[in-house]
Amino acid sequence: MRRLALITAFCGASFALGEGQAQELSSSEVERGRYLTQAGDCKACHTDIENDGIPFAGGRALMTPFGTIYSANLTPDDETGLGRWTREDFYNALNEGIDDEGRHLYPAMPYPYFTLMTRQQTDAIFAYLQSLEPVQVEEQENDLPFPLNIRMSVSGWKLLFFDDEEFVINPDRSEEWNRGRFLVDGPLHCGACHSGKNLLGASKDDEYLRGGTLQNWFAPNIRGGENGGIAHWDEDDIFEFLKYGRAEHTAPMQRMGEVVAISTQFLQEEDLRAVATYLKSLDDTSREPEEAPETARLEAGEGIYFDNCAACHATDASGVPYFFAPLGTSNKLHAKDPSTVIRIILGGARAQPTETVPSMLAMPPFAWKLTDTQIADLLTFLRNTGDRRSGAVSAEAVAEMREYLAEEY
Amino acid sequence: MSFPTRRKILKSLLLGGSAMAAPSAVFGALYGRGEGMPWEPMKGQPPYYGTQEDNFFTVEERATTAVICARLIPSDEDGPGATEADVISFLDRQMAGFYGRGQHWYMEGPFAEGTATQGYQSEHPPAQLYRYALAELDNYCRDRHDAAFAGLSEAQQDEILKGMDEEEITFEGVSAKAFFDLILKNTIEGYFADPIYGGNRDMVAWQYVRFPGTRYDYRDFVKHNGARIDLPPVSLMGRPGWNSPE
Amino acid sequence: MTNHLPKVDVVLVGFGWTGAIYAEKLTAAGMEVLALERGPWRDTPKDFATTFAQDELRYYWRHGMFQETSQSTVTFRNNGAQTALPMRHWGSFLPGNGVGGSGVHWNGQTYRFLPSDFVAKSHNAERYGPLPEDMTIQDYGVTYEELEPHFDYFEKICGICGTAGNLRGDIQKGGNPFEGPRSDEYPNPPMEMTFSQDRFEAAAREMGLNPFPVPSANMSRAYVNPLGLQLAPCTYCGFCEKYGCGNYSKSSPQTTIIPVLMQRPNFTLRTDSEVLSVEKSADGTRTTGVTYVDTSGERFFQPAEVVVLCAYPLENTRLMLLSEIGTPYDPQTGEGVVGKNYCYQVMSGARVFFDEEYTNGFVGAGALGMAVDEYNGDNFDHSGLGFIGGGYIACYTTNARPIESHPVPDGVPGWGSEWKQSVRANFLKTTTVGVHGASMAHRSNYLDLDPTYTDRHGRPLLRMTYDFTLNDRRLTAHITPVAEEIARGMGGREVNVAERKGSYDSMPYQTTHNTGGTIMGNDPQTSVCNRYCQSWDLHNLFVAGAGLFPQNAGYNPTGTVAALAYWTVAAIIDQYMADPGSLVQA
Repeated sequence: MRRLALITAFCGASFALGEGQAQELSSSEVERGRYLTQAGDCKACHTDIENDGIPFAGGRALMTPFGTIYSANLTPDDETGLGRWTREDFYNALNEGIDDEGRHLYPAMPYPYFTLMTRQQTDAIFAYLQSLEPVQVEEQENDLPFPLNIRMSVSGWKLLFFDDEEFVINPDRSEEWNRGRFLVDGPLHCGACHSGKNLLGASKDDEYLRGGTLQNWFAPNIRGGENGGIAHWDEDDIFEFLKYGRAEHTAPMQRMGEVVAISTQFLQEEDLRAVATYLKSLDDTSREPEEAPETARLEAGEGIYFDNCAACHATDASGVPYFFAPLGTSNKLHAKDPSTVIRIILGGARAQPTETVPSMLAMPPFAWKLTDTQIADLLTFLRNTGDRRSGAVSAEAVAEMREYLAEEY
Repeated sequence: MSFPTRRKILKSLLLGGSAMAAPSAVFGALYGRGEGMPWEPMKGQPPYYGTQEDNFFTVEERATTAVICARLIPSDEDGPGATEADVISFLDRQMAGFYGRGQHWYMEGPFAEGTATQGYQSEHPPAQLYRYALAELDNYCRDRHDAAFAGLSEAQQDEILKGMDEEEITFEGVSAKAFFDLILKNTIEGYFADPIYGGNRDMVAWQYVRFPGTRYDYRDFVKHNGARIDLPPVSLMGRPGWNSPE
Repeated sequence: MTNHLPKVDVVLVGFGWTGAIYAEKLTAAGMEVLALERGPWRDTPKDFATTFAQDELRYYWRHGMFQETSQSTVTFRNNGAQTALPMRHWGSFLPGNGVGGSGVHWNGQTYRFLPSDFVAKSHNAERYGPLPEDMTIQDYGVTYEELEPHFDYFEKICGICGTAGNLRGDIQKGGNPFEGPRSDEYPNPPMEMTFSQDRFEAAAREMGLNPFPVPSANMSRAYVNPLGLQLAPCTYCGFCEKYGCGNYSKSSPQTTIIPVLMQRPNFTLRTDSEVLSVEKSADGTRTTGVTYVDTSGERFFQPAEVVVLCAYPLENTRLMLLSEIGTPYDPQTGEGVVGKNYCYQVMSGARVFFDEEYTNGFVGAGALGMAVDEYNGDNFDHSGLGFIGGGYIACYTTNARPIESHPVPDGVPGWGSEWKQSVRANFLKTTTVGVHGASMAHRSNYLDLDPTYTDRHGRPLLRMTYDFTLNDRRLTAHITPVAEEIARGMGGREVNVAERKGSYDSMPYQTTHNTGGTIMGNDPQTSVCNRYCQSWDLHNLFVAGAGLFPQNAGYNPTGTVAALAYWTVAAIIDQYMADPGSLVQA
């Protein structure tokens, strides 16, 4: 009842922000292509957002564990964009990871996921991209160490880790489930962040959607079935999170905020519900409880929590649904890799404003106020409340993150 | 009416705005234009509380001031006073900073003695007022009692302070009453302020009066119904309970 | 050398509550709006976070939340025989600065003036006969009924927590039976009351009064306002008034309007930009825009179709005087209007000290209180009393911040051992029953430009000539004993009465309710603005804020300030923009 009232309040208030659509959306294929780029979140990587870049003109610096790669210009400029590409070229790019000259693309471009898309779908995307105004840009050198700066080296990686797959429908599952799986494993490429990676940056099958680390963020476990990271979410929660940027349990922040803001908030309800259905079907193995930490740490952590966090997250950590995350069940808090929560406590966080929910609830940074040990004790306490035993957090981990943030900001 | 391009809106969705560099020589920061609310990690206005080394008083001034504070808020069997709370360190740092300089106050002339309802009208910002008044106070004491203020008995000190408060004792260059009012106010500040400013050391004053400090959530206690609430005080930089023993 | 900027539809001078209200409505109607704010950008996580907002020294005593007097202050004197001297640091009132203005550090007590308050002159003259000549009160020109939908909307924007007393003419139990008829209930239920309010309520009922929860902008529950903005539940932290709220639980421009405004491409805000004057056309019939200076020291002329003064009553009045708009008020002749009818608030109270019970003042919020309205406005018969108006009587629990609140009973010295021990003994065992008295206008209370003191740009400071009047003294003398009686019924050990005696003292904090100076009315000879808050002199100049009040009522002003702003901006959008000109033929 209350969920409905809150979301109704949001919807009633939405102002059509609109993005001012490109004027050339006359054909249905272009429209389909536009929608697919929204699903694929292409604009996010292929726009130099930090420097007010033109959408789809590329140039955004993408920090990979191996160096910095600059995204390509997708506008139909003849010299610096896709002006001379054919539909075949574009299909090969998304399906096999090679460009119009046959060179390998770095898998920072998530073609291992886009490979699931059909020729018709890539044609539609291509039609949309070709409808944009051509923008000439200055090419930027990627900043990769030898031998990675040689594209040929990618071929070895692809040999080991890349399968040029087609999407195969599972006849035992509903249409909605299949649609959801296609979206998750294809255009939405959730696993690019949310799946664990091996040392060479490829997704590990047994870590599928169980959480992954990227650019010092831990994208949490998003399996919604038994024992999954979001087992306590129902389908409405997943839908609200992706569509409105607010759900009972949490809001998308920072990196995921970007995804919701540019991509998922614009997708159709049935697609988002399909994603929800699919995610809810993914069970996980139960996690072995970790060792219980020393009482002294728990006591200190409890004191710190009560004095610092309760004002928003409530004394019993139940938060305020849709406003301040309930912590007891949080998949970020209880993740094996606590990077995200460490980072949030140090640097602060803010709930992504969307078209439906314009408010920007933000958590302040605690870096100046709490020491590494205090933050570690706080997290240790929170990860071991109730019957959860998610392990301790070390002061060293906090110190590392603190150093990283000091350099970044 | 010109609307910004889509890319500005794009940026706002993700990074929140940040203050856009304004065109040409305009120095006021620009907000709005569809950029959304600015936000960046690690940004904030945490308290600046000066440094331990900030000081203003000479050795003599510090001694006299510390004694005045100790008379205003004495230590007794009931509990700690200004001395235990280290109010003198608070005052030293305050006088060395913007407050002592009267930097945020309107300190333009002309200066005149105001009525009782016109507030502080001294031409001296607080630190200067202290300096002159302390000198005059010690002179007054040496004239009458052959000793500086710090060398007098507590009863004598109390009597002199009372005289200043009730305007029986006046100084020549500055107003003794204005100084008394100011130092009483500052002493209370130093006694009760957050320990990060140098006074209220270890939160002794908060413990004494049972003020729980900088807590931010009392929802569990709203229905206290007149009962006592026992919560150890917290400062902006925490309390002992935040630290697990090594 | 002044740089000329591209013209906008509307320029707003100041960006607090009224600036945000005007901006939101005007941009929603499609206009290009520019707000110029003298102070800096401020927002919850950066400027009043839960990690440091609760710093008593920094935000109150060192004025971190307020306008710096070194940047601009007022000079003050009680009467024309004295020389006004600068308020070198603030005392009895605390003007805001920066985005959100005083809407960031207010308590959140959100009342509506009574229907009779808007026609104070005609209503009281009709009932009690001619008023004293030097009591220069006037009717507002707008009625409560006309403002009602705007009160309602502001309350929904803020999520005000309360219980209706008069719902469409039906008196409701538990609410304020004297309030003007409301079209709708409050959007949120009242806050949970604490011990002091419970005792007040019981004592008031014993006396046959009708206590009701104070309408509060501190949230009693999570709320989403009509613009889609989220407000969280108040946590009773006791750092409300004079401080910013760290967890989105107090209504302010930041929590209720600004995030939506920031998404609108037709809204621009320039901070650290101080307006120096409002410029006029050569024929003196219109304003052409404003001149402002930013932190580089350079001056800019910002042309606009419409200018709205949203800079707080004191600065609004000063700007009009400096810009030579309208005739300045002359207290000798009684002629002129700009600066006229400056009013304030007449505060008094009775303090209760308990022996066994703890009032625990630190479990508090800015608008956490119970009130009775029997002695407000014309809610009681004033025949033979020699004064008009009144005030609500309330018991609030807002804080136990020790530098500010360390009361001792009468007779205890002001310092020393006895004082210290008394402070400790009484620290968490005291509360106050306060009277929030109205302030009727008087011909010798006014604002003008100081002849001597200037700001850092060389412009004269505003001079405030103000003292309590005979009406004030009689009002407070009559109502304070009622507060005392309630206090005595609350079961404490002793009650000390703090009367309002003597001259107005500009130093001890009372309220930040400075009203008048740019008053509205029906007659251009006696008011600065017409009933649409439009300048009689320049039809494209509008004024906001409590400077519009011809006299101040016995309530906090913000609710009425906001209602007038919504009322005016509706008139601008519906009437003015299509047909610019004076909306009222004089």
